[in-house]
Amino acid sequence: MHTGPSDNEVLSRVLQGDQQAYAEIVKRYQSFVFTIALRYVPSREDAEEISQDCFVKAYRSLSDFRGESKFSTWLYTIVTTTCITFLRKKRLETQSLDNEKVFEAADSVDSGFRANQVEQKSKITMVNRAIALLSADDAHIITLFYKGEQSLEEIGQILGIESNTVKVRLHRARQRLKEKMEKHFTAEVSDL
Amino acid sequence: MNTQQNIEERLWRYIDGHCGGEEKSTIEQLLQSNVEWQHKHRQLLEIHELLQSSELEEPSLRFTRNVMEEIAKYQIAPATKTYINKWIIYGISAFFVTMIVGFLVYGLGQIDWASSGDTNLPIDLSKFDLSKFFNNTYVNIFMMVNVVLGLMLLDRYLSKKRDERTASQ
Repeated sequence: MHTGPSDNEVLSRVLQGDQQAYAEIVKRYQSFVFTIALRYVPSREDAEEISQDCFVKAYRSLSDFRGESKFSTWLYTIVTTTCITFLRKKRLETQSLDNEKVFEAADSVDSGFRANQVEQKSKITMVNRAIALLSADDAHIITLFYKGEQSLEEIGQILGIESNTVKVRLHRARQRLKEKMEKHFTAEVSDL
Repeated sequence: MNTQQNIEERLWRYIDGHCGGEEKSTIEQLLQSNVEWQHKHRQLLEIHELLQSSELEEPSLRFTRNVMEEIAKYQIAPATKTYINKWIIYGISAFFVTMIVGFLVYGLGQIDWASSGDTNLPIDLSKFDLSKFFNNTYVNIFMMVNVVLGLMLLDRYLSKKRDERTASQ
């Protein structure tokens, strides 16, 4: 949750011509937008380019935001379509379990974990690494649900699917996450 | 019924708070009495808590400044609904409906209803002369209106493109 003026208050200032007020919106959502972009593309440079593009698109289309949904829901819809368009254009392959590099990354993390004492911080890192092993769609839905402060209905709106389908996809994504954690981070999972 | 998958599915619903009153109390009873359910619940709850505390990635420190420098080149575009006039949509719909109804009326007028008992088609398709439709003055007027409407739409499209280019400069 954000402190200070609400999104709608900041946005009405932007719409009245105070362009600098938009920086507040960027600061509020940059981490989430960047994280979602990273779920789709492995390179931080590409993810940053996509994130920047999303904020520019959102700014230019601000008149179309009628406040019928939360601003974050509207912004995340832009992020989703921008990521998909970017992938289509660049024909980048999303990370999957079959990706050799990911296996290597997972192994190095795994050995790192074995060497260190298992603490809460490292468990969180482990979850983040396990999310990175998922497909973009699975990682996206998990991130929207846990970090995006979105309801099932809002996630459905963002992804263009029914909320019941969101429930099913979320369940499957968590199932696959659990499998990845059991497979790649066995030592840590046994401590859970 | 109590397959591993089914247990997990029900437990995730319980953890997410998406259970109805009856299902919730059933699961709570199972959690008190069944060791397998207790174990699975602990496992899933831990994953749930870890997911909640997972961290977001941070872009570079210059990110906000980069975005602000980029948007300084642009202006907020007018709302979509202000440049899509609903009367144009209605006009195009009316045009096509009129055209379809016109052809239907004309076609039905050509049918010889007296020979309806015959199993053959009432219209002899081999004698159907299309050239008389396109030599008709009314059809020519119809086509001309169509062309004018097309040019108007093209003009609106090009104007919109020009406005967008002006706004982005």
